[in-house]
Amino acid sequence: MSTANHTLVIKDLHVTVDTDQGTKEILRGVTLTINSGETHAIMGPNGSGKSTLAYSIAGHPKYTVTGGTVTLDGEDVLAMSVDERARAGLFLAMQYPVEVPGVTVSNFLRTAKTAIDGEAPKLRMWVKELKQSMSDLKMDPAVSERGVNEGFSGGEKKRHEILQMELLKPKMAILDETDSGLDVDALRIVSEGVNRAKETTGAGVLLITHYTRILRYIQPDFVHVFVDGRIAEQGGSELADRLEAEGYDRFQTAAPASVTSA
Amino acid sequence: MSLLAQKNTTDGPVLVGAHTDSAEAFVPDQSRAERTTSYAVADFPVPSGREEDWRFTPVDRLRALFAEADGTPLRRDESLPDGVTVSSISREEWQGSGAPKPADRAAVIAAARAASISVLDIPAETELTEPVRLVLTGDGVLSHGHTVIRVGNFAKATIVLRHEGDAQYSELLSVVVGDGADVTVVTVQEWADTALHLGQHDVVVGRDATVRHIAVTLGGGIVRLNTNASYAGPGGSFEALGVYFADAGQHQEHRLFVDHEAPHCRSNVEYKGALQGDSAHTVWVGDVLIRASAEGTDTYELNRNLILTDGARADSVPNLEIETGEIAGAGHASATGRFDDQQLFYLQARGIDEDTARRLVVRGFFAAIVGRIGVPEIEEHLMEAIDRELEATA
Ligand SMILES: Nc1ncnc2c1ncn2[C@@H]1O[C@H](COP(=O)(O)OP(=O)(O)OP(=O)(O)O)[C@@H](O)[C@H]1O
Ligand SMILES: [Mg+2]
Repeated sequence: MSTANHTLVIKDLHVTVDTDQGTKEILRGVTLTINSGETHAIMGPNGSGKSTLAYSIAGHPKYTVTGGTVTLDGEDVLAMSVDERARAGLFLAMQYPVEVPGVTVSNFLRTAKTAIDGEAPKLRMWVKELKQSMSDLKMDPAVSERGVNEGFSGGEKKRHEILQMELLKPKMAILDETDSGLDVDALRIVSEGVNRAKETTGAGVLLITHYTRILRYIQPDFVHVFVDGRIAEQGGSELADRLEAEGYDRFQTAAPASVTSA
Repeated sequence: MSLLAQKNTTDGPVLVGAHTDSAEAFVPDQSRAERTTSYAVADFPVPSGREEDWRFTPVDRLRALFAEADGTPLRRDESLPDGVTVSSISREEWQGSGAPKPADRAAVIAAARAASISVLDIPAETELTEPVRLVLTGDGVLSHGHTVIRVGNFAKATIVLRHEGDAQYSELLSVVVGDGADVTVVTVQEWADTALHLGQHDVVVGRDATVRHIAVTLGGGIVRLNTNASYAGPGGSFEALGVYFADAGQHQEHRLFVDHEAPHCRSNVEYKGALQGDSAHTVWVGDVLIRASAEGTDTYELNRNLILTDGARADSVPNLEIETGEIAGAGHASATGRFDDQQLFYLQARGIDEDTARRLVVRGFFAAIVGRIGVPEIEEHLMEAIDRELEATA
C-alpha cells in the first residue's frame, strides 16, 4: 500500500559491552542494507550477538558503538536518542519485553502513538483500530486495562509487541525472536500480524530467529547467518532450509588449538 | 508461649510486660506492646534521638514541639454534611471516650497544650454521601491540635483532613469507630517546605467495623505520622494506605502499629513512596503485634520505595510479632529500588520522550494504591501533585 521507499544502512558496525571482566567486543563489523518491503532473516546460534545488533540499532545505553555507521534514509541514527530513533520510524520488538507495572496498555499505546505521530490520534478511530488489531491478534480486550506486560504470559508479551508494530506503523521493524515461546497457533497469529503490518505500511523487516519455523509464515527475501558478531554467509530463503538440515556447525570456526603443558 | 501481664494505672504509663518466643523474623528485642502510653507529660522525656522510636528522626530540629509551651491553633475551614457536628469536650470526657493515650512526647504535649479538644461526631446509622472536609492551615507558628472523631454504630463516612501552609504542629487525633461502621479517614500533608508536623493518629475499630486510614504526604520539612490501630471487638477490618513523595531536604516518616488483640480481625497496610533530590529521607516502620488472644487474625503489610535520584535515602522496617499460632495469615514485604532503566528504555523505544516516560513509570508505581483510595477528588489531586513533583526536577 505504502509506496514510500526507505533504507536502513548498517555499515561495519562494531559494538562493545562493559562486563565485570572488562570491555567485550560483541559486534565485529556488521554490514547490512534493508529497504522498505524487504524481509531479512538473521539466524545464528545463542550468544552470537543478534540481540546486541537489535539493541544497538534501537540505542540501548548498555551497548557502546565503537565503529561503523547506521543511517535511515541518510540520517545518522547513532546520533539520535532512543525515542528519536523510534520517532524516525525504527521499531524493535524485544526478545524479553519489559514489565511497566501500573501503566495500562491502553494508556501506554495512546501515549506512544501520540509521540510517534506528533499528535493525539482521533479518539473514535483509535479505539476502533485498537479493538480491531487486538481482535486480529486474538488478544483478550481486558488486556488493555492491565499494566504493560505485567503478568503477561510469554505469548501475550509477543502479541503485544506485534500489536505495537501494527499500531505504530514503523518504517523499519526489528523483530528479536518474536517466535520464541509461541505454540503453533500463536506463531501463526503473530506471523499474520507481522504480514498485515508489512502489507499496510510497506515496512522493511529484520527478523531475528533461531529456528526456520517462523519462516514458513513470514517469507524472507534474504537470509543472513550470524556467527560470532558478524554475518558469516548470506543467501535467499534456500539458505534457511540448509541451516535447518545442517545446523550452524559448519560456520563455527574452531578456536585455535591451545597448547597445554603439564 | 507468651505471657501478657497488664498493669493498668490511671494517669501514669501503662506497662505491659510482654515476652515472646516466636521464631518469626524481625522481632524486636522489646515487644512493641511495652512502649509507654500515658496522659502525663512527665512520662515522656525529651527525645535524644537514641530511642528506638526516634532513631530515624532529626530530633534536634523539633525542639519547639517537645517544649511545654502554648501555641496558636491552626486555622480551620470545615465543610460538614448534614447531621455531622463539631463541638468540644473536657479532658475528663476525652479520657473516658475510648480514645487511646498519647504514646510519645509530641503527642502528650499536643494533648496538654491544645486550646481545646474538638470532637467531630458522625451519629449512628448516618450514611454520608459527601466527605466531611477539614482544611487546616498554619501561619508559621507553633500549633497544637487535639481532635476526636466519633463514628456511631453502622454509620458510613469519609473524612478528609488537609494540612497546608507553614507550621510547627503537633497533633493527637483519635478516630473511635462504632460497631459495623464503615469509615475512611484521609490525611493530606501539603505543607510548605519549612513546616514541621508530628502526628499521632489512633484508630479504634469497632466490632465488625471497616476502617481505612489513608495518608498522603507531599509537603513539609519534617512530617512524622504515627498511625496506631486497635480493635474494640472481633470481626474488624483495618486498612492503612499511604503515598509519599520526598524531595531534597524533606524528612517524611510514617510509623504504623496494628495491635491485634481481638480475634478474627483483619489488617492490611500498604505504603508506597518516591524520593528524589539530595538528602531526601523517608522512613517507614510497620509494626504488627498479634497477641495470644487474637486467633484468626489475617494481616499483611507492604512498603515499597522508588529512589529516583542519588543522595536520597529510604528506611523501611517491617516488624511482625506473633504470639499465637492460630492465625489465618500474616505476611509482609518491603522493597526499595532504584528507577528501572529497562522500563525507561522500553518506553523510549516506543517514541516516548524521557520526561514523559519517567512520569509514566512513577505514576504507574503509585497507581495501584492511588486507585484504591476511593475518593475521586483525592485520587485526581494526588496524581496531579505527583506530576508536579516530577516536573520540578525535569
Ligand atoms: N549486557 C551485557 N553484559 C555482558 N555480556 C553481554 C551483555 N549483553 C550481551 N552480552 C554477551 O554478548 C554476547 C551476545 O549476546 P546477545 O544477547 O546479543 O546474543 P544473541 O545472539 O541474541 O543470543 P540468543 O540467541 O541467546 O538470544 C553473549 O556472549 C552475551 O553474554
Ligand atoms: Mg538474543
